[in-house]
Amino acid sequence: MEKMLMKGNEALAEAAIRAGCKCFFGYPITPQTEVAAYLSRQLPKNGGVFLQAESEVAAINMVYGAAAAGVRTMTSSSSPGISLKAEGISYLCGADLPCVIINVQRGGPGLGGIQPSQADYWQATKALGHGDSRVFVYAPNSVQEMVNLVVIAFDKADEYRVPAMILADGLLGQMMEPVSFPEISANKTEKPWATDGHGNNRPHNIANSLYLKPDVLENSIWERDSRYKQMEMTETMADYYCCDDAEIVVAAYGASSRICKSAVKAARDQGIKAGLFRPVTLFPFPKNELKTACRNAKKVLTVEMSTGQMVEDVKLALECKIPVEFYGRTGGIIPTPDEVLAEIKKLNENKGE
Amino acid sequence: MAVVFEKPHALTDVDLHYCPGCTHGIIHRLVAEVIDEMGIEGDTIGVCPVGCSVMAYDYFNCDMIEAAHGRAPAVATGVKRSLPEKFVFTYQGDGDVAAIGTAETVHAASRGENIVIVFVNNTTYGMTGGQMAPTTLPKQVTQTTPFGRDTAVNGFPIRVVEMLATLSGTALAARVAVDTVPHVKEAKKMIRKAFENQKNKTGFSVVEVLSTCPTNWGLSPVDSLTRLQEEMIPYYPLGIYKDVNVRTVREVNA
Ligand SMILES: Cc1ncc(C[n+]2csc(CCOP(=O)(O)OP(=O)(O)O)c2C)c(N)n1
Ligand code: SF4
Ligand SMILES: [Mg+2]
Repeated sequence: MEKMLMKGNEALAEAAIRAGCKCFFGYPITPQTEVAAYLSRQLPKNGGVFLQAESEVAAINMVYGAAAAGVRTMTSSSSPGISLKAEGISYLCGADLPCVIINVQRGGPGLGGIQPSQADYWQATKALGHGDSRVFVYAPNSVQEMVNLVVIAFDKADEYRVPAMILADGLLGQMMEPVSFPEISANKTEKPWATDGHGNNRPHNIANSLYLKPDVLENSIWERDSRYKQMEMTETMADYYCCDDAEIVVAAYGASSRICKSAVKAARDQGIKAGLFRPVTLFPFPKNELKTACRNAKKVLTVEMSTGQMVEDVKLALECKIPVEFYGRTGGIIPTPDEVLAEIKKLNENKGE
Repeated sequence: MAVVFEKPHALTDVDLHYCPGCTHGIIHRLVAEVIDEMGIEGDTIGVCPVGCSVMAYDYFNCDMIEAAHGRAPAVATGVKRSLPEKFVFTYQGDGDVAAIGTAETVHAASRGENIVIVFVNNTTYGMTGGQMAPTTLPKQVTQTTPFGRDTAVNGFPIRVVEMLATLSGTALAARVAVDTVPHVKEAKKMIRKAFENQKNKTGFSVVEVLSTCPTNWGLSPVDSLTRLQEEMIPYYPLGIYKDVNVRTVREVNA
């Protein structure tokens, strides 16, 4: 397959078009700018709609409308903009409308900074909107994965009627790498629920998240929850590196997993039995895969570009049977392989404790 | 026997939940009659955001979308851009259009979004129990202006259609009322015009309908109509504030 050199953000945008995205709505924010810029050029050429909205709030509600109309639709933003989308995402969840949401994370809280960060893990996986709502969260760690995961995100969102988020960061967005676009057989999930005009040949469809009767609302929530449970059973994805005999397992996702991989290689060169476990889906979190990766582990080190968020899921998945340590840099600072290696060595020295 | 009066097909058989004397029901009927007369029920998608009319998805027979408070014009934009050949209308209250959803309303108009907004102005937040709305009149007593709206504290009511009429994307901006038979007839004519505009791809059309809220005004249905006539119409004069073919304007400018 032909490879081309592309920026992460642009590769992601191109993949969205190939996956059949017909409508994009967004509001400018660094560091996701290239996604919108690319789509503004390319989407109309491919029979799609690019529209710059007046705010992230409007953008996500345009997505809500397009999703209800039954087309594949996407929005992209970065951390502060995602906070504004929270309302719309909750409504999308409540009305069971599929869409793809890109978060090219930057440092926070507040306006924060514009350098790469992984500090929106909790927001993405636990509370992207109010109510008992969840979304698929995919965490690419290369330009190629920006492509592959967008395609999967569209398919899974349609299949489960659950929005899907790509949780990237400024590093992946700006990075250039060779990438190829796999043959995409645009998965065509039927959408008999779409509010696209009943054409006088079916009862009217309703896209709605309002249920004033608590028992009816509860039933609808449990039904949706059963889909979340199904996702946890069948839709987890993870990647392993040198985990078979690893005594020190580093757990990291996205950009920080690349740094950790260098650190694990360096540790192996020094005779330390280190390995890397990389969740690709953050929700559903690959608990069983993590347990498998840690079958010989004496210590686990979670590395994030935050003050420690995923580390809680790592601890929960391991049921506190293995000590879990944390190393993080935040605010736009990227940890170096040397820093991570130093942490691995520390744990290796104390692994018998 | 000849049928002289029946429920429009575009309305379902579900009982409306509106309070006795509330004019929301009349406005629903007018929208439904227009949909019937134009024969577009199968090609129409309605968007009803939070407000007393939030459950209108159960009342209209066309496909319906419930939207977050204030977001209906954005949701309608998403639908219309996806399905440009379909008819899309929103049915919004004054809090929705002119407070929480001001940005969505203004920008849908500025884009000349080819949709219809039916804007129900009852000078209050009906659904939440009668608080001050952006359209609440000076001195009007509401739950959150117990001594009357004090313009020194709360500022002034927004005249929405006058404001939207200033935007180049707006094709039709009109204010009507449903207090008398002639006014109801005129209201229907305007709603029809708005849908015709959409059919002709003329641009953004907004029809403001002065409406009553007997429950939160604390007035009988009849006294409510009197208040509409004596207090609302002087502040919110009826009429057409803009009626142009935006598409033509755009083409001329291009
Ligand atoms: C984000 C959000 N804020 C507040 C509310 C509560 N709320 C529901 S309806 C409403 C006011 C609606 O007033 P209006 O738009 O004038 O419609 P009416 O009920 O008068 O027809 C408010 C504030 C809400 N549902 N969502
Ligand atoms: S509260 Fe007011 S606007 Fe709402 S249904 Fe009752 S009378 Fe009508
Ligand atoms: Mg109102």
